[in-house]
Amino acid sequence: MRVLEPLIELGRGLWTTLRSMFEKPVTTQYPEQKRPVKPRFRGRHVLKRYENGLEKCIGCALCAAACPADAIFVEAAENTDAIRYSPGERYASTYEINLLRCIYCGFCEDACPTEAIVLGDQYELSFTDRRQAIYPKEMLIEPVAAGASPTPQKTKPGEFTRSVPEMQDPKD
Amino acid sequence: MTKLVTLIIDGQQTTVPEGTLIVNAAKKIGIDIPLFCYHPKMEPVGMCRQCLVEVGRPVVDRASGQPVLDGDKPKIQFGPKLETACTTPVSEGMVVLSQSEKAKASQKEILEFLLTSHPLDCPVCDKGGECPLQNLTLTHGSPQSRFIYDEKSRAEKHVPLGELIWLDRERCIQCARCIRFQDEIAGEPVLAFYNRGRATDIITNSEPGFDSVFSGNTTDICPVGALTTADFRFGARPWEMKAATSICAQCAVGCNITFNTRREAKSGGKVAIKRVMPRQNEAVNEIWICDKGRFAYHFAENNERLEKPLVRRDGELVKASWEETLKVAASKLAESREKMFVLASGRLSNEDLFNLKQLAYNLGGEALLYTHMGGGELTASLGVASGTNFGEMGAGTTILVVASDLYNEAPLWYLRLKQAAERDATLIVVNARETKLERYSRFVIRYSYGDEVETVSELTKKANIGEAISGAENLVILYGSDGLGLDGSSALAAACAKLVKSRAGKANNGLIGVWPRANDQGAWELGFKAEANLAKALKGKTVYIAVADPAGDDPALATALKEAKFVIVQELFLTETAKLADVVLPAQAYTEREGTFTSGERRVQRFYPAALPRGETKADFAITAEIAKELGLELEGRSAARVMDKMAAAVNSFAGITYGKLAEVSEQWPIVGRGDLYYGGAAYENKQGLGVQLDLTPGDLTPAPSSIRRGESLRPDEDRWLAVPITRLYDLDVTVRTSELLRQRIGAAAVLLHPDAAKTLGVAAGGRVEINGSRLEVRLDAGVPVRVALVPRSMGVSIHAPVIAKLKKA
Repeated sequence: MRVLEPLIELGRGLWTTLRSMFEKPVTTQYPEQKRPVKPRFRGRHVLKRYENGLEKCIGCALCAAACPADAIFVEAAENTDAIRYSPGERYASTYEINLLRCIYCGFCEDACPTEAIVLGDQYELSFTDRRQAIYPKEMLIEPVAAGASPTPQKTKPGEFTRSVPEMQDPKD
Repeated sequence: MTKLVTLIIDGQQTTVPEGTLIVNAAKKIGIDIPLFCYHPKMEPVGMCRQCLVEVGRPVVDRASGQPVLDGDKPKIQFGPKLETACTTPVSEGMVVLSQSEKAKASQKEILEFLLTSHPLDCPVCDKGGECPLQNLTLTHGSPQSRFIYDEKSRAEKHVPLGELIWLDRERCIQCARCIRFQDEIAGEPVLAFYNRGRATDIITNSEPGFDSVFSGNTTDICPVGALTTADFRFGARPWEMKAATSICAQCAVGCNITFNTRREAKSGGKVAIKRVMPRQNEAVNEIWICDKGRFAYHFAENNERLEKPLVRRDGELVKASWEETLKVAASKLAESREKMFVLASGRLSNEDLFNLKQLAYNLGGEALLYTHMGGGELTASLGVASGTNFGEMGAGTTILVVASDLYNEAPLWYLRLKQAAERDATLIVVNARETKLERYSRFVIRYSYGDEVETVSELTKKANIGEAISGAENLVILYGSDGLGLDGSSALAAACAKLVKSRAGKANNGLIGVWPRANDQGAWELGFKAEANLAKALKGKTVYIAVADPAGDDPALATALKEAKFVIVQELFLTETAKLADVVLPAQAYTEREGTFTSGERRVQRFYPAALPRGETKADFAITAEIAKELGLELEGRSAARVMDKMAAAVNSFAGITYGKLAEVSEQWPIVGRGDLYYGGAAYENKQGLGVQLDLTPGDLTPAPSSIRRGESLRPDEDRWLAVPITRLYDLDVTVRTSELLRQRIGAAAVLLHPDAAKTLGVAAGGRVEINGSRLEVRLDAGVPVRVALVPRSMGVSIHAPVIAKLKKA
C-alpha cells in the first residue's frame, strides 16, 4: 500500500487536470470579447438627453458640489427660446469631468435634480496625457437619438419654462 | 438715557433698552427667531408671520398695581395666541418662548404655506446656497407638504424690472422688503404691490423700470431668489466663489465691498470677479452700495488692458522690456531734474501717491493732482475729525450741502444724509439748481451760478439758517463741484472753511469735499497740489502722468502734451494720453493688488487683491520705486504695507497707521453675513477691517485763490448761454463704459435745459444743439435755471468750468 499511495494521489491530480480540459473556461478574450457589466456598475459618466434631444443637464453644479474629489467643473449660461440647450432658464455652457480625479462614487448621480448625469458602462479609460483625462461636455453627452434634434434647438415660447421636471423617485 | 427692560427669552435673561423688538433682543443673545419680512434696517410690518412666538407677561394686580406672585416668582400670563416677535416691543418681566411646541408648530406651518406657491427650483436659482427660505426650511420646515402639487401657483419666471434687476414672480413670497427698501431707505418708491391675495405681484411703476441707483441692494435683502441681478445671472453658485475684501473705487464715499471671484473657463482659466457684494461698515456704507459700485467692476478684465511696457521708437510706440523702459524713463527724469512734475489722479492708492510724491520731491519737481475740483488743502486741515459718522448724526447736527448733487456724485452719502435728516438733523441744501436731496432738507437756498461764494459767506446772516449753522452742536459741510471748475470749487471751499474753522478737530464737525475720485482726499493729505493751467505747466517739461487722461478729457491738453519735453504715462489702458506718451508703463488695476484709499470722510481703508495681475503689469507704487532705484533713490516698493510704514513715519496725518491697525474690527449692529442670512441679507460681515479715520494736521489755511471769477462775469448777454459742467453717475468713464449693463443706463451725452430756454432755441426734448463745437442731445428739466445749459462731465464734451458759450440748434 505504501508504494501505491503516491501513485493514486498522482492519478487523482491528473484526473482533475484532465477533467478541466473539457470544462467551459471562465476567462474571456478581452478586448475581443467583453463581459456585460452589472446593472449598478459605475463607469464613466454620461450626460443624458430628453427624448426630444434637449439636454437634461441644467448647469446647477450640484454634482460639482457633491463631488468629494472635486473632479467636476460646471459653468452655466442662460437659455433662450431661440437658442435652447435644456428646458428652463439655465444650461451648462461648460461641463468638465477630470476622470483621473473621479473616484466613481456616484454622489453626482445622487445630487442631480434632473437625472442628467449617470455613471455608465464605460470602463475603458486610459490616458497618455493628463489633459486627455479631462472630458468636456461634448465627450460626456450622449448622442442624439434617432428622430430627435441636436442642441441648441429653436423652441416655441412658453413650452419649456421649467428646469426641474416632475419625477418619480428612482426605483433601483 | 433710555429705560432698560429685563426679560427672559427661551430661559435666558437679558436686559435691553425699552422699545427694542423681541427679535432684536433675541438676536443680541444669540437666539435666532426665523423671519422673512422683518429687516433690522427697516420698520417692522409683521407680514410674513414667520416669527410667531409665545409671549407671556407678568400678571399685575389691578387694585395694588403690584405683580401677582406665584410662589416667590411673578405669575406669568401667556396670550391665547402667538405674537409676531418682529412687531412686539419688549416689556418688563416678559417671557418669550420661541422653541415651545406651539411656536415650533406655527413656524413649521407658515413655511409649509410659503412653499405651496414656491417653485422649488433651487438648482437653477441664483440665490440657492445663500437663501433664507432654503435655510429656514431646512432648520424649521416640514419634510413633507400636505398640499396638492397641481394647485401650486404658476407665474412668470423671467420679468426684467429694469436692465439691472430681474424678477421671478413664482419665487416671490410677498415680504415687501424690496418695496420697503425703496420706500424707506432709498426714498425712491418705484416698486409696489399689484393685485391681491395669491395673485399679488411686485411691479415697477417708473420709466425706465426700477429707476433707482440703489436697486441692487434689493437683491441682497430679498429672502428668496425673486430679485436677482442681470449681471450675475447664472454666474456661479455662491459656494463656489471666493471672497476678496475691497473698497469701492467709484467715488469718495469709500464703500466697503467684497469681490466674489472664481476661476473659470469663460475667462480663459483666469480668476474672474463674478459680483460685488456690500461689506458691512456702519460708519461708511452700512450694508448698502449703489449700482455703480455693484456693476462697474468689469474694467479690469477688459481685453484692451496694457500688459507690456511701451517705448516710443521712431515715432511709434513699441513693446519693450521692463528693464529698458525703466532705464529710458529714469534717464529722462534725471536729465530733466526740477523741470519735471508728477501728474497723478485720485484713482491711485495712498501708497502709489506717496511714492510719486517722494520721487517728485527728490527730483525737485512738483506733485500735482489731476482734478477739476480744488480745496483739498482745507479738507486736509479742517476736514472731519476721527469719530465722525453720518449714522450717528441727528437732532443738534446741521449738515450743509453746497454745490453738490449728491445723488449723482456720491449716492451713499445721499442715502446717509437723507437718514440723518429723518433723525432730525438740520439739512441745508445750497445749489443753483434743483437736486434730489432737497426733498429731505429743512432749508433750500438757490443762487445763480457764479454766486456760490457770496451765498455761502452770507448764510450766517440769514434768519433761521444762520442760527442753524452757528448754533448747531455739530456742523458738517459738504461741498462739491456742481457747475464749478477748479478755481470756483477752491474759492467755495475757502468760503465753507470759514464756517467750520472754529470747530476744527471735533468729531462730527468739519469740511468734506465731494471728490470725483476715490482717493482724492488721500492725495490732498499727502500734499498734492492742483494746477489750474495745466497746458502752460506742460510746456517743455518732463511729466510723469499716473492713471490720468488729460488728453482724452480736453483736446487743448492733448496739444499741450505734444509740447512737453518727455511724457511718461502709467496706465491700465492705452488712453489718448498714453498714445501721446514717450514711455508707457502698464499698471495693475486696484483689484489685482493691495493698497489703501482715503475716503472723503478721511477714513483710510484697505483693499486686498481679488484677481491675478494681467501680463507683466506691476503695482503703481512698485513701478515708481523701480524708477527711483534707477535714479539712485531709495523708495519702498516691496509691498504696500512697507510703503504705509514709511508714510506713517513721514506724513503727520498718517502717523501711527499700520496695515494691522487698518484691519481691526469691532462688533457692529445689526449682525449680518454670518450663518443667519435671513436676518440682515446677503451683505458680508466685516472681518477685514473698519479702517481708521485720520487725525487732523493743523495746516496753513490757504486763502482763497485771487483769480475767482466774479458772479457778474458769468452772466451771459442776450444771445449767449452759461454752460456749466455737472456730474452724472453713469458717464463715459472707463469703469462704466466697460460694464455692459450700465452702458444701457448711460444714455446719450445730453445737455439739460429749462423748457422755456429750449423754446427760445426752437428745440424740443430729444432735439440737438451745438455747443462749443460739440453736438448734444437736449433734455428738459424745469429745475435748471433759464439761460443755463448743464453739460455732463466725462461725456466727451470738454467743458470743465463754467463758460459763456454760444448755443444753437443743430
